[in-house]
Amino acid sequence: MSTANQYPKKSFFRSGREDSPFKRIIIHLVLIIACIIAVFPILRILAVSLRPGDRLMSTDLAIIPPDATLESYRIILFDKPFLSWVWNSLAITISTALIGVILAATAAYAFSRWKFPGRSVGLVFLLATQMIPASMLMIPIYILAIKLGMVGTYRGLVIAYCVTSIPFSVWILKGYYDTIPVDLEEAARIDGCSQIQAFLRVLLPLSTPALAITFLFNFMAAWNEYLLARVMLGSQESLLTWPLGLQRLQGQFQTQWGQFSAGSILVMIPVMVLFLYSSKYLISGLTLGGVKG
Amino acid sequence: MITSEVILKSLGEVGTTVILILVGTVLVEALLYLILMKWLKYKYALPFMLLAPAVIGLIALVIYPLIWELRLSFTNMSLKAFRDPQFIGFKNYVRVFTEPVLKQKMFFPLLGQTVLWTVINIAFHVGGGLGLAMLLNRKMRGKGIYRAIIILPWAVPQVIAVLAWRGEFNFAYGYFNILLTRLGLPAVQWLADPVANFAAMCMTNIWLGIPFMMVTLLGGLQSISSEYYEAAEMDGANAWQQFKNITLPLIQPVLTPAILLGTFWTFNNFNVPFFINQNELESSDILVTGLFRAAFQYNRYGFSAAFAFVIFALLLLFTIFYMRYTKSLKGAYES
Repeated sequence: MSTANQYPKKSFFRSGREDSPFKRIIIHLVLIIACIIAVFPILRILAVSLRPGDRLMSTDLAIIPPDATLESYRIILFDKPFLSWVWNSLAITISTALIGVILAATAAYAFSRWKFPGRSVGLVFLLATQMIPASMLMIPIYILAIKLGMVGTYRGLVIAYCVTSIPFSVWILKGYYDTIPVDLEEAARIDGCSQIQAFLRVLLPLSTPALAITFLFNFMAAWNEYLLARVMLGSQESLLTWPLGLQRLQGQFQTQWGQFSAGSILVMIPVMVLFLYSSKYLISGLTLGGVKG
Repeated sequence: MITSEVILKSLGEVGTTVILILVGTVLVEALLYLILMKWLKYKYALPFMLLAPAVIGLIALVIYPLIWELRLSFTNMSLKAFRDPQFIGFKNYVRVFTEPVLKQKMFFPLLGQTVLWTVINIAFHVGGGLGLAMLLNRKMRGKGIYRAIIILPWAVPQVIAVLAWRGEFNFAYGYFNILLTRLGLPAVQWLADPVANFAAMCMTNIWLGIPFMMVTLLGGLQSISSEYYEAAEMDGANAWQQFKNITLPLIQPVLTPAILLGTFWTFNNFNVPFFINQNELESSDILVTGLFRAAFQYNRYGFSAAFAFVIFALLLLFTIFYMRYTKSLKGAYES
């Protein structure tokens, strides 16, 4: 659809090869500066994680210090309960992200294909949930969890993570389903599929980009969540998730910068891999329910 | 260091919860199937069955706690009166506006600070995101690489990003002060000076938020057919006229919800102010971190519940006005 010769000459917005060399240089320059700003803080974390223990605080700006060492990684992997923090987070995150996507995918299907009573109220409610500050729900959930004896266990946390991501996921998935013609499912039904089979075999495979995006968002939300975990898990050492654990390294009398940075780099890797892997879906999957004009 | 005991413990906890959810879902679905499908033969039985698990979850974890919190906001519950809170009517709501919400800070300065924070952040997010999206929405070499790198801040877990940025604001060893002193300028007290601390919060959040806007708006830009620009070109429209008359109106359906969501997320952003400031300067608090302090540092539960509903009401009013004004979300709902 977008071959180069379709673009008019000189247009600033859809210009391709015809850009003057000067303009091309400027555009590349701006983008390179943006890239540097984007990665620089991440590279700084890497730099600190590679410094030997006696030079953690330094005014050195080199990314790979001359006396680079993996000592911090060794300490955090073998002398600290870092791996169990990551394991805890991973167990919670993968299960809640999967459940969250399943719940949202079915609910979004109902919103997209039926005009059932209460539908528009439901859609407004989904938007309204995005307005609720996290710390607002924290108060009743915390007090209710104390009364139900759920503090210090994963039960409340897992249920909460599954549910809190539903509204945004439904929003994205409904928007995406809306762009897929109903005719496809109707054709499948004429061929003898039930409504549910048409959903599972026709609509879901076509919605891969949006499903990938919602999984990614649910994964990130649970993987990075700090506040509710802190409130719900309290001081249960063996149950800590990595955000709580890493913050603990920072919070002690003296910040363990090297270990903190090494842990950060290790924790970032799975999310970055997921992100780069799904980045091809990112733009097409994120329609925000409004593009269909 | 990881022991099999830890592995099994967390697996067991997560596993039992997942099984609990599954069993609950199956029970609900079976019940609905019998009642709606078999007994009532209701036209909308299937959509209601599809919705049921999500709806029950949202009722249990959002609606019920909110109603409970609403009731809480009319009581004087605190750490002292945890067991038998008294009903005190609208007193908490009056106190939100008349007494200091935190130790010294009153409600309206806190609100002003939050609005300032939201406006600054959204302006930079939209400006930066739209600018980068327009630069990337063309045929050029290295486009995929640029896009992947610029998206990276989004992939960094917020807690890490913010704590790392806080490290960069360190007076002696932080990057910003090293740079300033090397340029011969005086170093800034990023973590102790109220204005500098606020600026530090904004810088961090702008860095974190631009990728989301860029990706969303890039999706919107890609859906604009190049024919519009060709036609405008023939009519002799210049770059600014094309931007104003083609690009802006046509990405409106994407821009409006993106700004609305961005506003909610920024207004309610907890991690950035909380971790940059680490509960030190009251001057850097925005409404939601103030709420967290009132609830979990000062343990004034009833008061914070009222405070929370005031914040929620503000956002609700904003949304109603915004949707009236732009009207573009309506289409998404009535479709």
